[in-house]
Amino acid sequence: MSNIIDLSLNELVDKVKSKKISSKEITSAYVERSKKSNKLNTYIEQTFDNALKNSEKFDKSPNLEKKLPGIPFAVKDLFCTKGVRTTASSKILEKFIPTYESTITQNLWDAGAILLGKLNCDEFAMGSSNETSYFGNVTSPIADNLVPGGSSGGSASALAAKLTPATIGTDTGGSIRQPASFTGTVGLKPTYGSCSRYGIVAFASSLDQAGPMTRNVKDCSLLLEVISSFDPKDSTSVNFKRPNYYSELNKNIKGKKIGIPKEYRVDGMPTEIDELWEKGKEFLKDCGAEIVDISLPHTNYALPTYYIVAPAEASSNLARYDGVKYGFRAEGENLIDMYEKTRSQGFGEEVKRRIMIGTYVLSSGYYDAYYLKAQKVRKLIKNDFDEVFKKVDAILTPSTPSSAFKLGEKSNDPVSMYLNDIFTVPVNLAGLPGISIPAGLDKNNYPLGLQIIGKPFNEQNILNIAYSMEEKINFKLNINDWWIK
Amino acid sequence: MSKDQYLIEKNGNKYEVVIGLEVHAQVLSDSKLFSTSATKFGSEPNTQVSLVDAAFPGMLPVINEYCIKQAVKTGIGLNAKIHKKSIFDRKNYFYADLPQGYQISQYKDPIVGEGNVILDLPSGPKNIGIERLHLEQDAGKSIHDIDPGSTLVDLNRSGVALMEIVSKPDLRSPEEVNFYIKKLRSIMRYLGTCDGNMQEGSLRADVNVSVRKIGEDKLGTRCEIKNVNSIKFMQMAIEFEANRQVELIEEGGKIDQETRLFDTKKNETRSMRSKEDAHDYRYFPDPDLLPLEFDDDFIENIKKEIPELPDQKKNRFIEQFKLSPYEATILVSDLDTSKYFEKVIENSDVKLSANWITGELFALLNEKNLEISQSPIGPQNLSKLLNLISDGTISGKIAKTVFEIMSNDDKDPNIIVKEKGLKQESDPKALEALIQKVLSSNEDKVKEYKSGKDKLFSFFVGQAMKESKGKGNPQLINKILKEKLNG
Repeated sequence: MSNIIDLSLNELVDKVKSKKISSKEITSAYVERSKKSNKLNTYIEQTFDNALKNSEKFDKSPNLEKKLPGIPFAVKDLFCTKGVRTTASSKILEKFIPTYESTITQNLWDAGAILLGKLNCDEFAMGSSNETSYFGNVTSPIADNLVPGGSSGGSASALAAKLTPATIGTDTGGSIRQPASFTGTVGLKPTYGSCSRYGIVAFASSLDQAGPMTRNVKDCSLLLEVISSFDPKDSTSVNFKRPNYYSELNKNIKGKKIGIPKEYRVDGMPTEIDELWEKGKEFLKDCGAEIVDISLPHTNYALPTYYIVAPAEASSNLARYDGVKYGFRAEGENLIDMYEKTRSQGFGEEVKRRIMIGTYVLSSGYYDAYYLKAQKVRKLIKNDFDEVFKKVDAILTPSTPSSAFKLGEKSNDPVSMYLNDIFTVPVNLAGLPGISIPAGLDKNNYPLGLQIIGKPFNEQNILNIAYSMEEKINFKLNINDWWIK
Repeated sequence: MSKDQYLIEKNGNKYEVVIGLEVHAQVLSDSKLFSTSATKFGSEPNTQVSLVDAAFPGMLPVINEYCIKQAVKTGIGLNAKIHKKSIFDRKNYFYADLPQGYQISQYKDPIVGEGNVILDLPSGPKNIGIERLHLEQDAGKSIHDIDPGSTLVDLNRSGVALMEIVSKPDLRSPEEVNFYIKKLRSIMRYLGTCDGNMQEGSLRADVNVSVRKIGEDKLGTRCEIKNVNSIKFMQMAIEFEANRQVELIEEGGKIDQETRLFDTKKNETRSMRSKEDAHDYRYFPDPDLLPLEFDDDFIENIKKEIPELPDQKKNRFIEQFKLSPYEATILVSDLDTSKYFEKVIENSDVKLSANWITGELFALLNEKNLEISQSPIGPQNLSKLLNLISDGTISGKIAKTVFEIMSNDDKDPNIIVKEKGLKQESDPKALEALIQKVLSSNEDKVKEYKSGKDKLFSFFVGQAMKESKGKGNPQLINKILKEKLNG
């Protein structure tokens, strides 16, 4: 039998169900490996003892009907977990322990999963490299000088380093797909409204969406099936008939029309990415799909639009962290002084930058020129996709304009950092589902991903396309455990 | 221009006062606008606070449909346009009792648009325009006077649903404001959408005041007086503020648009912040909530629940019961009064009931400072009392005595009359006997009367009543006396 940690999520589930392996064995394997992996700085909170206890409890009376029977999971520290510290990687929530559980994590536990711990991320999910965390940056298991991407950097790193069999992240502008692309893993951002936002520390409410991060497409479909649910506690949750993504996963994509948007061929993009994209098209053709050239004319405006809408919402969403009710408080001479000190000391640079941008674009006199205009452009971007989806079933693009960059390389250059999101943000602005799958390596042997964008609530379709391509691509992640040696 | 117009005169110049109100009415609902917490008044601090009300991380608002219905109902009661699509916005500002750091309100697209309210002024009806009605969350309460070293916060009110009802600047005097608030409150009480209890803060208002010289078309610069919580204070604040503005203008000064506070102890308004210092609330649509949309059926179903409203009831009272507009207005002004009246007239004479309720009963309630719902005399017993008058068992005068006894313990008037022997003497023979006695012992007066001194008639009536110990039927006494003296 191969090593437990080398088994994918669906293999583990099968082995538990066929009683070939116990929850305790799986949990112990991951706890042990996680304990040896502190160098990556993926965990903010480790709940290993509880995880082991829970696995024993599971094994005593195993419910094998569950979709994730006794499977341990580490999750992004943006999901509120009852009785377990939840920080959003911020000083301002450094000691915050929720009395409630997010719907997404509740769905995990209801399916039989066990919490291993909380994973590092960019502060309030604001960042593309996991360098804005109050708890320090996360290192990619790919190389010791590399960022894992962000904001779900801890999740991607832990997943690629096999510290968790699968995980969940959140994606506001690419925070699942970009780190997945950087670490050679699979990441799906579901359609806005598929997965409940209840109990997730909010960044930008109209864009935030939780999603699965896994080692392969099959695992991704299984995990999506578990976390996707209608939730009356989230007014933007959509009540639609959710398919059994896992059992309905198949490789029949014959006749599917896949669009290739010309606007995604950007200046200065490494040739390897272009080549990868071409290879992707060939694989799709091999699977019987049809390639169609399309245009999404407002693509260029997506990034500026995103960096108005997201900070605007964030500036308001983060107003609640004021030192009055919970979280960090700095003493002040009066209320205003306390606010200023608390928020100055409690938030990091990137968060403060975005709060200021957001406050600015919502201010009277600037609202129309920025926020309102951005909303109009957002509609145009969505219309672009609506038009295109009359002709094609899905869209294929690169996930990112480059492979993973070095630690510290972009941390002093926010604009260059923001540019990393150009292929992912249009999907959030339009509320569409998008999946990133590993598709190859660049000249440094760093992973590169391809993104498949689908019609609203048609996750099954992009999963099937990804599943077909995955077989053709046959990507192998070579990680040598350098941080353990 | 009516002659009793409210004007302020200074240096021979006459100024008109222009007033608009933003009334904050708490929606009558067991739970809050976006959470399931209770809204009971007077509960222990911070016992009605959910994670949503306290703005914990990741908590999301969910619209309480009942509050939406209440707002639509109120809109219908204000003859207003109901907007089938409205939007909840965030009004951003920091304050210790505002946990989210923003208030969810409605800004550009309120749930209810233009409507109107008719005031029954002594000078006749006056139409007051309603600009809009929107829904919003209340904030919590900061308490500064319990702990000398710190401010305490009670979040029980945080998230409670309020309707902000904005009038057009159609009001012209403190008296009209009084009528307007009372009418608004009456309509909402009829609808059951707001209890209108000003002591408990269910009804507060921001008062916009400006002045202009008679004949001017352009509105003057207005000042907004924040959060006034009684009609009396509103009137005092307007009076002070209007005079302040007139004096300033007459001295050659200019009114600054600003927000002012009314100091109830000093009876003056004070500047709170100028237009330049005004908050920039950075309104934007709340991304946690989708636009609120409903269809015509939703509105139609609510229309079916609309009870008879004060104006309709008033017209019905006039037509059906032949009441005067004045009486009808008084009887419908308060839902409980109209209910009381309708209960009494189930078995009693309408005119008599109207007189007694607006006369004796109101005087009693006024004296004891009670609402009609707390009346010491219930409608059944009042009805019985009135019937004793109608059927001649007691006189109106005796009825007042009985009424006074009833006001202490709401006892059945029949029993009181029996126990105290107050039944009216209506036996003609008995009355004739006692009248004969009066006439016999006053023969000199009888002579005088017969020689033309008509005025003495009331003397005989009085003597006869006295002889009957007040119980003689006055009509019969009159009749018999006339026969005896004139016959």
